[in-house]
Amino acid sequence: MILVLVDHDLGELDPLSLRAITAARRLSDDVEAVVIGDAGRSVAEVIGNHGVKVLHVATHDQLTDYTPAASGRAIVQLIEQLNPQAILAAGSPRGNEQLAHVATYLDLPMAAECSEITLGSPHRVVRARWAANLMEEALVHSELLIATVLAFSVEAEPVSGQASIQDFAVNLSSDDLRVRVISRGGDSNRGGVTLTDAKVIVSGGRGVGGPEGFGALEELAALLEGTVGCSRVVTSAGWRPHAEQVGQTGTKVAPDLYIAAGISGAMQHIAGCKNSKNIVVINTDPEAPIMAYADYAIIGDLHQVIPALTAAIKEMKGK
Amino acid sequence: MNVLVCLKRVPLAGSTFLLTPDSKDIDTKHLGFGISPHEENAVEAGVQLVEQMGGSLTLLTLGPTEAEEQLRSQLAIGASRAILLETDGEDWDPQATAAALVEAVKAEETQFDLLLFGAESADSAGYQIHIRLAHALGLPIVTNVKSMKIENGIAECERVVGTTREIYQTPLPAVITVRDGLNIPRYPSVPGRIQARKKPVDHKKPTAQVPKLEKVSLSVAPSNTAGAQVLGKGAEAVPALVEVLKTIGILA
Ligand SMILES: Cc1cc2nc3c(=O)[nH]c(=O)nc-3n(C[C@H](O)[C@H](O)[C@H](O)COP(=O)(O)OP(=O)(O)OC[C@H]3O[C@@H](n4cnc5c(N)ncnc54)[C@H](O)[C@@H]3O)c2cc1C
Ligand SMILES: Nc1ncnc2c1ncn2[C@@H]1O[C@H](COP(=O)(O)O)[C@@H](O)[C@H]1O
Repeated sequence: MILVLVDHDLGELDPLSLRAITAARRLSDDVEAVVIGDAGRSVAEVIGNHGVKVLHVATHDQLTDYTPAASGRAIVQLIEQLNPQAILAAGSPRGNEQLAHVATYLDLPMAAECSEITLGSPHRVVRARWAANLMEEALVHSELLIATVLAFSVEAEPVSGQASIQDFAVNLSSDDLRVRVISRGGDSNRGGVTLTDAKVIVSGGRGVGGPEGFGALEELAALLEGTVGCSRVVTSAGWRPHAEQVGQTGTKVAPDLYIAAGISGAMQHIAGCKNSKNIVVINTDPEAPIMAYADYAIIGDLHQVIPALTAAIKEMKGK
Repeated sequence: MNVLVCLKRVPLAGSTFLLTPDSKDIDTKHLGFGISPHEENAVEAGVQLVEQMGGSLTLLTLGPTEAEEQLRSQLAIGASRAILLETDGEDWDPQATAAALVEAVKAEETQFDLLLFGAESADSAGYQIHIRLAHALGLPIVTNVKSMKIENGIAECERVVGTTREIYQTPLPAVITVRDGLNIPRYPSVPGRIQARKKPVDHKKPTAQVPKLEKVSLSVAPSNTAGAQVLGKGAEAVPALVEVLKTIGILA
């Protein structure tokens, strides 16, 4: 049996968990899931429709919000009871974190962000390094495989089915409950579209030249009902807030249209935008590495191209 | 306030990777080295805390002898001393690395109030060394922190998840892992660089372990497009782009 940690935020399912379930079903027909806290019960129907037979609900009166060390404790108690071949989770910050607690309590290895898994003795995985610019083939020497599934490596596949629900009471110490979410700071987005759900992102790099240069990008983004993104050079220089940074250490985005203006295409930047449906590049350098990842390109100065594009769209829209 | 920052020497790659002939490692002949960006933020946070509250900042790394370069350049930013756990150059797996770091922390006379880490290392990105260390030392851990405030022995930390911000509180001593964006790391000053040459770096030989997560080989992930269709030069190419935006459904 393969056990999958299904992550939820106050009952709202993390869709990446469905991909982890699909990855588990490729290894075995016998897939069970665990959610932490009563609120997680709400995921039963959709995970049943993704092939999970049993949903284990870890219950404790203190498990009312995300408490990673306690999640680890709960999962370990369930593993001891069920003895699965593997425990998987989504390769998200929360998935990686909770399974790292599990691996620590059990003193076993953990393979983070795997795109391929072959169970065996040892287990064999392919996992992401350098924000998935490099893939590592690795052996995992432990009976129980603890692994997370690289975010976009598997599509979630629905099947018809139903998950039965089994509650189990968790034993927790006060140490397990020391670090937990105590409140939420509300919306961090600036009253408009956020990077993660924007359909259009107009992104600027060092080539924009300074903070003033971003006005033209903002205007174009607003016209396309999108938002502004940027490279790390831009946030490090303090031209734009870090929340707008796209890439390995910023946000990973997947809009319909990604316009990269004055961005060279370092792989750490590409790591954040390569899942975009269409990439349009505006760059003075026809040899810029980003050309290899782009669908369309205009060779030229963004300070001319962007205002011209904005004017053309305004004219088209009759504004 | 005594702060420890754990950091890792990594190659600074540009737009592609070259691998060694046996595909086991990155060919670093033509590459410079640095530390993971998140860790630069950790060092900056450590320097700021010691500036505000006094105390000491210690750096700790496990890596090859050459990792002394990275320790020196971070010492130039403001840390007081550094510890280098010397390996023969091979990457250690997360469990072995964590065990060696734990041993080094336990051997210290200094009681650290705050142990700062990057959220993940840039190269191997295992997402776990800090969690293993925190449990081994019996300390609470908050990860992926984008802003923090320390008052009266309590750290209040913010972490961004999607469009919301989660707030955590933990008493010190604690382990905190930080992300790029926490602050803007400063560049070392010239006097800073000169002082750094004289600051103490302790070299130690940690005990190796058989890896349980064993690297077999590396491969470069294929780029997924055939390259760009060039629409033209400068503003003259704008009409062609407008047509493209219509075709892909962005413009009606
Ligand atoms: C571990 C690690 C993680 C990182 N994480 C990230 C990350 O999350 N996100 C990120 O972006 N970077 C990240 N970086 C940094 C990354 O390696 C690059 O340094 C950065 O992406 C470069 O930014 P840039 O393209 O804006 O600048 P540059 O590389 O300097 O490129 C500027 C480009 O603008 C073009 N240009 C100049 N003038 C004009 C003009 N007038 N019109 C049009 N084009 C013009 C130039 O031809 C050039 O191609 C990371 C680095 C490391 C080591
Ligand atoms: N070799 C090392 N020496 C010291 N600290 C390390 C080392 N490797 C990783 N770390 C620390 O642990 C964090 C997480 O690493 P990882 O578990 O590899 O993602 C890094 O950002 C560093 O702060």
